[in-house]
Amino acid sequence: MEEKNKIGVYICHCGSNISDYVDVEKVREEVAKIKHVSISKTTMFACADATQNEIVQDIQENDLDAIVVASCSPKLHLDTFKNVAERAGLNPYNYVQINIREQCSWAHSDKPVQATEKAIQLVKSGIARVGYSEALIKTKISAENVVVVIGAGVSGMRSAIELADLGSYVYLIEREYFVGGRVSQWGELFTTNETGKETISRLYNKLIEYKNITLFTGAEIISNTGTVGNFDIQVKIRPRYIKPGCKVDPEKLQRVIDACPVEVPDEFNFNLTTRKAIYKNFESEFPEIPAIDPDHCTRCGECEKLCDDIDLGQKDEFVNIKAGAIIINTGYDPYEPKTGEFGYKEIENVITLPQLKRLIELNGEELIYKNKRIQNIGYIYCVGSRQKDGENKYCSRYCCTSTIYTAIVIKNKFKDIHNFHFDKSIRTYGKLELLYREASENGDIFLQFWDEDPPVVSSNGNGTVVSIKDMLSSGKEIEVDCDLVVLVTGMVPRQDNKIADILKAPIGRDKFFNEIHPKLRPVETVIDGVLISGACQGPKNISESVKSSLSAASKANSLVKKGEIELKPTIAFIDKNACVWCDECVKACPFDAIIKVQSNGKNVAEIIEAKCKGGGMCLPVCPENAINLKGYTDNEMEAMITALAD
Amino acid sequence: MANRTPKILVFSTEKISDPAIDLAGLLKLHYPPIVYTVEVPCSSAVKSKWILHAFDQGFDGVFIAADGTDCSYDESCTEKTAQIISQTHALMKEQGIAPEKLKMAAICSVCAESFVKQMNGFADQLSEQ
Repeated sequence: MEEKNKIGVYICHCGSNISDYVDVEKVREEVAKIKHVSISKTTMFACADATQNEIVQDIQENDLDAIVVASCSPKLHLDTFKNVAERAGLNPYNYVQINIREQCSWAHSDKPVQATEKAIQLVKSGIARVGYSEALIKTKISAENVVVVIGAGVSGMRSAIELADLGSYVYLIEREYFVGGRVSQWGELFTTNETGKETISRLYNKLIEYKNITLFTGAEIISNTGTVGNFDIQVKIRPRYIKPGCKVDPEKLQRVIDACPVEVPDEFNFNLTTRKAIYKNFESEFPEIPAIDPDHCTRCGECEKLCDDIDLGQKDEFVNIKAGAIIINTGYDPYEPKTGEFGYKEIENVITLPQLKRLIELNGEELIYKNKRIQNIGYIYCVGSRQKDGENKYCSRYCCTSTIYTAIVIKNKFKDIHNFHFDKSIRTYGKLELLYREASENGDIFLQFWDEDPPVVSSNGNGTVVSIKDMLSSGKEIEVDCDLVVLVTGMVPRQDNKIADILKAPIGRDKFFNEIHPKLRPVETVIDGVLISGACQGPKNISESVKSSLSAASKANSLVKKGEIELKPTIAFIDKNACVWCDECVKACPFDAIIKVQSNGKNVAEIIEAKCKGGGMCLPVCPENAINLKGYTDNEMEAMITALAD
Repeated sequence: MANRTPKILVFSTEKISDPAIDLAGLLKLHYPPIVYTVEVPCSSAVKSKWILHAFDQGFDGVFIAADGTDCSYDESCTEKTAQIISQTHALMKEQGIAPEKLKMAAICSVCAESFVKQMNGFADQLSEQ
């Protein structure tokens, strides 16, 4: 292989992100002295269209045989400049990206002189590496135009419909026995005034019309092998104990429910009520047939005596699915306050916002809690969010709006309600600010507290009092008698998150699923073909969740629709002359990508290109150093190291 | 050694530890500028040959920012990377290079603070030698 002798080098200011700390002109001057560098330029934004076009022009006019771009992390613009090279007719693997922003100017903003020296070394190492770079051709593997969507909440259902419209086959897998997730628990929603149930019914009725969507309820993924394009997924479907052809007669169902002797806290109503082992959360819930909760059913057989459609002999079923991509859409859990946190579970009229929303649904013309008519409601904001000392530093985004909207709904639905909001500053962003104004016009009282002085909830014998040092009135101490104290709880990741382990999907600092980049690659994870959307990746309201689910759907579809996926050509290759067939590499490869073949009368190892993932686990175990990884050859790695050590 | 700042070479991994090192920069968590990173797909792909080459070229320390249990290739990654360390330690011993000049720690994709702590500690340790 010949070394490159016409190399173009581009050093980016990144506005001032790099050039505030790194003397980019000095870097350019130093690297321009290197023998094979024919062009060296600094640029304000290497990623700008005009600069990209300039690089294309440089490559074509000067017949460059390699380029180095020194700018931000390759996580952001590796593909941008690969495309630039391709547009200019240069093989994209004859380009090297050097990170002088995250790993230089920002990391060493305290030492600009040393940062400049480091940048020079880094760019020199890129030039050394690209000198040995080889033009590589991507391999292609077949991909199933099938997408598994996990979670049939509002965003999962929306993803499924979008994917089906785009022509992918969709398996929609819901862990619960009914679809709808959290949204089915909510009443009226802003801005449409449609209820959560109505939204879910609308989506479900649309979804069942598609022939290319299969919905499994009571189902969980229990294992996954394979990779992008060809995931092998096993799904366990728990029995519903109801025969599939059951036509529900509401009166008969009620008799069966009444006959069930089991009573358990009803999680759908956040334990405000109880339910039986055979249940349906509400009449218009989908799928239409009820379910028997296997964890609590005692198999007493009382229900079977009343209804022929019940079959307690049903067993778990297992289904294997081959899919090209997976979208995780598993949503969130509401934060559960600790016992004693603002009086929770110690003072009887302290509840959470999700409980209040269910309470509104469960009540008729008057708002009653524990047999008492409610008039004064105190809302304490940011419980379990924006915690100064706790684990959840993040803002849960939806709760301010949701609380204010709920306060408005309560005021409109019930008589003589007084709302008192104890907040840390209201974040009803965008048009949602209109709600804040409406609540203020309704006469709601807003009081504000600092982190160090949170409100105190106490019981004084006659009732419950919330005390606050109100910063809006110069720290005046105010006490409010409340019939109901509502803790405005934020979003936390799902407590049962086994799916993260099964799919090896990355979890971020906030313990939600982590995207590659919140702006540039917002629904992709580092695991190719595993996408995330909705509130499982961080707090979102319904509209934001649905937008991200549509984004994930189009990303998943674009990945698998061609029926083949281009794989990175950076895979292992074997020097058959050096190989002595000791089988160490075979043992090291987790993908069974190495086989024994005959070559020139001896046994040697050979890489199965479609199976090799380019991890490189076979490289260090070869006693003869007969294996190299394309893009990371000994020549490239050692040239880089030499340049960095210089 | 006392007159010279030690130079550290870090092998970081494309999907796991490199994002953490990027994050350290994003959060402006400072570590010594003599830390140079080269990317590899997986920490169990680092050849002893490359590590020895780094020492030969004048690096004072080599750090493998390992995938650990987060490795997207295989769960055997931790064990395999540890194997690379022990086999390289043996080779370093043969060449009279102190084994403590080669270190490894698992750096998860958001372990920016841990990375910075490792680098500051390693640089101090090498300066004292």
